[in-house]
Order: sequence, then C-alpha cells, then structure tokens
Amino acid sequence: MAEIMYWEAIMRAHDEEMANDPMVICMGEDIGVVGGTYKATSGLYDKYGEARVIDTPISENGYTGLGIGASFLGVRPIIEIMSVNFAWLAMDQIFNTAAKVRYMSGGQLTAPVVIRSPGGTAHQLGSQHSARMEKVFMGVAGLRVVTPSSPRQAYGLLKSAVRCNDPVFINEHELMYNMKGEVPGEEYFHPLEGSEIAREGRDVTLFGYNISVHWCLQAAEQLSKHHGIEAEVIDLYALSPLDRAGIRNSVSKTHRAVIVEEAEPAVGVGAEVMAIINEECFFELDAAPLRVSALNVPIPYNHALEKAALPNPGDVVAAVRGIFGV
Amino acid sequence: MKNTDKKRVLREMLFARRFEERCYEAYVERNIGGFLHLYPGEEACAFGVLEAAQPGHDYVITSYRDHVHAIKAGSDPRHIMAELFARETGVSKGRGGSMHIFDVAHRFMGGYALVGGPFPLAAGIAKGIQMQGGNEICICFLGDAANNQGTFHESLNMAALWNLPVLYVCENNLYGIGTRIDRSTAVLDQYQRVSAYNIPSAQEDGQDFDLVHKAATKAVEHVRSGKGPYFLELMTYRYRGHSMSDSNAYRAKKEERMWSGRDPVIMLRDRLIDAGVLTLDEYTDMDTAVLDEIEDEVIRFATESPEPKVADVEKYVLAENDPWVRGGVQ
Ligand SMILES: Cc1ncc(C[n+]2csc(CCOP(=O)(O)OP(=O)(O)O)c2C)c(N)n1
Ligand SMILES: [Mg+2]
Repeated sequence: MAEIMYWEAIMRAHDEEMANDPMVICMGEDIGVVGGTYKATSGLYDKYGEARVIDTPISENGYTGLGIGASFLGVRPIIEIMSVNFAWLAMDQIFNTAAKVRYMSGGQLTAPVVIRSPGGTAHQLGSQHSARMEKVFMGVAGLRVVTPSSPRQAYGLLKSAVRCNDPVFINEHELMYNMKGEVPGEEYFHPLEGSEIAREGRDVTLFGYNISVHWCLQAAEQLSKHHGIEAEVIDLYALSPLDRAGIRNSVSKTHRAVIVEEAEPAVGVGAEVMAIINEECFFELDAAPLRVSALNVPIPYNHALEKAALPNPGDVVAAVRGIFGV
Repeated sequence: MKNTDKKRVLREMLFARRFEERCYEAYVERNIGGFLHLYPGEEACAFGVLEAAQPGHDYVITSYRDHVHAIKAGSDPRHIMAELFARETGVSKGRGGSMHIFDVAHRFMGGYALVGGPFPLAAGIAKGIQMQGGNEICICFLGDAANNQGTFHESLNMAALWNLPVLYVCENNLYGIGTRIDRSTAVLDQYQRVSAYNIPSAQEDGQDFDLVHKAATKAVEHVRSGKGPYFLELMTYRYRGHSMSDSNAYRAKKEERMWSGRDPVIMLRDRLIDAGVLTLDEYTDMDTAVLDEIEDEVIRFATESPEPKVADVEKYVLAENDPWVRGGVQ
C-alpha cells in the first residue's frame, strides 16, 4: 500500500491499462501535451505518443462520438471531458449511441468506452462550472455510472471500466484530485457494481457517494461523539445500477436512512435510493427516510451563497438529530 | 466496368427499388410499424459508391434511410425485411427496426436516427482502422440537411486533422423532410462547405450510376491510399415522402416529374439496351424474377419468422456476465 493522490491513482490506471493493451487510448481537451487539467493523464503523451494520447479539439459531442465509433472496432477509449458541465454537449452521442447501440443492434455492437469527468462543485466557479450531473447519467438504460470517493476507488474503478464491455461514465470530483489515500501496490480491479460499508454502525444508515461519503463520515463522527448515535456509512460508488441488496441490508439493520447528495434533490440519487428502500424494505423502517441535498438553485458565485446552496456535514448531523429527536 | 457487371448492378438496383416499394405496401398492410424512410429515386448513390468500394471489407454507416445500403453491403434482404417485420430473425433481432439496421458481420455498422449522429462515429471507425493498420475505409452516407449539424463540422475537422480514412457521401436530395435546402442552408453546394477543412471534394449527378461510380472510384482510391478524408456530394431526389407520414405536399409536381424523368434504374437500363447487351424483354423478365424473389423469399421469410420472446425484453442492455463488473476473475 502506498499513499497517493486521487489524480495519481487515475494516472496510474491509465498507464497500466495503456501498457497492457495497445488498443487503449485516451482522448480529451488538453490531456496530452499539458497532461490534463487535473494532471490525471500527465506523462502519458511522452510515453505513448500522440496517436494514443489525443489532444482533441473543443468538440465534446464530436470527439465523444469519435471515441464511440472507434470502440466499435475494438479500440478502448478513455475519454476525458474536462468538466462535467461540458458533457451536456456530448449527451447526444453518450445517450443516443453509446447507451443504446448494443440494444438496438440486437447485441452485435457494443461501445466499450470510458467517459470520465469531474462532476460536483468546487469553489466559486459559478453556475456554468458547478453542475452535478450524476443523476442525468444514472437515469439512462445501457450506461454504467460509477463515482470514486477515494484514490483506491479512482484507480480500481477506472481499471475495471476500461476492460468492461459496457460504456462506463466515471463521475470524479474537482475537489478530490489532490486527496491522498492508500492504493494497493499490486494491480487492483474494483467491482463496477455494489457498495462499500465505509463505517459500520447500528442506529442509522447514511448513504453517500463520491464527496458526500466524506461528509457522511464527518457527520458520523460527530453523532457518535456528541449524541451517542452510531451511524453506518454506505459508499454508493456504483450509481447505476444501484446496489439494491446493499441498501436493503444496511437499512434492515439500522432501520433509519439519510441519503446525502451534492446535487439538487429532484430526480436524484436520494429520490432513487428512497424508492429502493420503499420497494425493498419499507417495513424495516422505524422513521421516514430523509435526504440531504443541495438547494434547487444554479450554483452562485458569492462564497456565502454558494455555501448555503450546498449540503454539508452539519446538515447531515441535523437531519439525524431530527430523526432521533435529540 | 464491364457490361456484364453493369447488368448485375441493374438487377441489384431494381431489386432495391422493388424491395422498398414492397416495404411501402407492407407498411400499409401494417406488417411494418414506426417510422419508415424509403430510398426509391436515390439508388445510384448507394450502388455507384459501394460498387466502387469493397462491401463487406470496407465499413459502411448511414442514417435511418438505411435498408438499401445494408443490402449492398452484403446483408441478406430476408433478414432486413424480417427486421422491419420486428422478428427475432431480423438483422437486429427485431430490436432495431427500419431506422436501426445493423449487420456487423458485413461491416454494416448501422443506421442511426439522430440526424448527423454518424459523422463522428464514422471518423471513429476510421480511427479504429488506422490503429489496426488495415486498408479498409469507412464510408458514411448522410443527407444534405445533416450538414447543418455541429457534428458535420466537428467530424470533418478531426478527420482532416488526423488524416482519417473516411469517405463522407452526401446524398443531396434537396430536402430535409419538407424544408427545401435553400430555406435551411446558406451554401447550396455542399461539396464547397468542406473546403473550410481542406478536405478534397466533388459534386456529381447522383442519378447516373456510371458517373457516380466514376467519381466514387476516385474518392475511394484517395481515401484508401492514405491521403485522408474525402467528401462526395451526389445530387439526387427521393420519390416518396420523407417517411410514410409525409405526403410530399410541399413539393411541386413539376419538380417531381422532372426528377422521375431521370430515374437511375431506367437510365442504366436504357444505356445497356442502347449498348446492345440487354433487351426490353430481358428487363421485363428480370423485373418479374425480382418481384417473385421478394414475394417468395423475402416476404415469406419475414412473415414466417417468429417474434422475439417477450421474456427477452431486457436482453442486450448491458454485456452479459462481464467479469470486470465484479472486478475481474479473482
Ligand atoms: C437530431 C435530429 N433532429 C431532427 C430529426 C428529425 N428529422 C429526421 S430526418 C430529418 C431530415 C434530414 O434530412 P437529410 O439529412 O437531408 O436526409 P434525408 O432524409 O433527406 O435523406 C429530420 C429533421 C432527427 N431525427 N434528429
Ligand atoms: Mg435530404
């Protein structure tokens, strides 16, 4: 085990997969000579050359479609979209082609592309650089969606995503690229389905994914320290498909649930997990499930307003205290 | 091209014409559902270009108006009709329909319903060819109106930038549904638009098989020799409405008559008759044989084929038993 940063973990996964298979390429804006806005592809251009580490024009739909077309012939493109906000421009090719081509061709074609992009809000980047789009991707059949909360996941999820025959969207986070964490020294492939117990507990389940796992963990510490409440934290690294069994198992144990999402509440992870709880284990509940979400506003520039628009660990603590009436 | 080959092509084009007309009837008979876009009038485009290429070796991709391109690429017409009839024996197992004909074994990489969608996919297939190092090319057939999509510009730029082996064929039938080209497009000659990307291009009469074949031979040779993309514009016309729900009310009858006077099948037929290698009687017999084949083989196969099992509705969404979903075989 070595401690490395999230971006280094992603870079290492690229490097190993590109060394392993000459058909693995990566492409995106400023990923080659520059090495990527978040350094996630640094060093690869010099090592693998411009035919495999491709600086693309600023044509999100175009180069995403190009990657998908190449994948029809056995190429394994890792496509970086510089910011998830720009992925809106590539929705046509992601949804209309990558997600549907296997089905509408009766299984003849598949689009084994990986599309990775930083989702989430950073600091004061304004409305058009602060979208959280995981809910959009996870709402579409034919696409896998994963979202790493640690360098270990960032490394292992990308490794598996490259080899998997389905299109996989990896939702990263702008604020997490410099996060440090342990990553196995040997090769490691993380499952693309399932969930992880980030903290064991018996009183309430906090569901998080990506950055909100950390908010849940912080909240759990406070709840334990100040209120004697032992929260279980479930890391939903796979957003599509969601881990129904993992959700059921934890809620059946704790009988209470709070879902913590960085995005606006409507049609989101919280809504979906709640629906699954209803479907899977409604009668296990001792309290109505809650969600802690962003406000339903475009993200403001002003720092105080921005903070107010987003959920934080304190909101999670407050929600749990509300459930217990403490 | 030898006259015997042209005679074969004439039969193939006639087959395509009759196939499409039979689709029209099958739609009226309610054996075909959904959107149905037919190709009569434009046959010389697909046949002229693909006759100059290597179907089954070269990759072909196109829009929703895709049956004839697939047939010329090597697909069995019975399996295409079965697809239109939504049968399990269809090329896309009844999951695709008219707009989504796929036959990867023949390198027919699909029909796509989003106008302009195939532009980047074709460039990507060409990137795949380039990486594999083969001498295939990718041929992308799309309509004139598709050129107003961003994907047109994005893809041409990348294809030129990376010298990709892709031939874009623009079937300019002057309309995008009911909007005539001069009402949607600032530059009427489509082949001129690609000069912005330093891509060589040509415009040709899309009704004349010989002319298309000649222009396409040059285009294919350019792309195959590693000189990068090429754009070929073919001036053509569709006889029927855009799709089955379109009555063509926006087109002047005079204009329609003018174009049907330059029918690609009849023009090739008459040329072969003039050359003394075909008689009108032979042609009539050919037509009868084609009609019989479509009825006895194609329609019968589609009609007798089973529908997909409803229990299989969730098949083909994601890869089955992909080990990497579980993190590999550990
Ligand atoms: C992105 C998108 N916008 C609109 C449509 C609806 N539509 C289908 S075909 C068509 C016209 C396309 O014309 P053209 O590209 O010239 O091809 P043609 O049908 O004439 O062969 C339109 C507007 C669509 N399918 N996809
Ligand atoms: Mg048109």
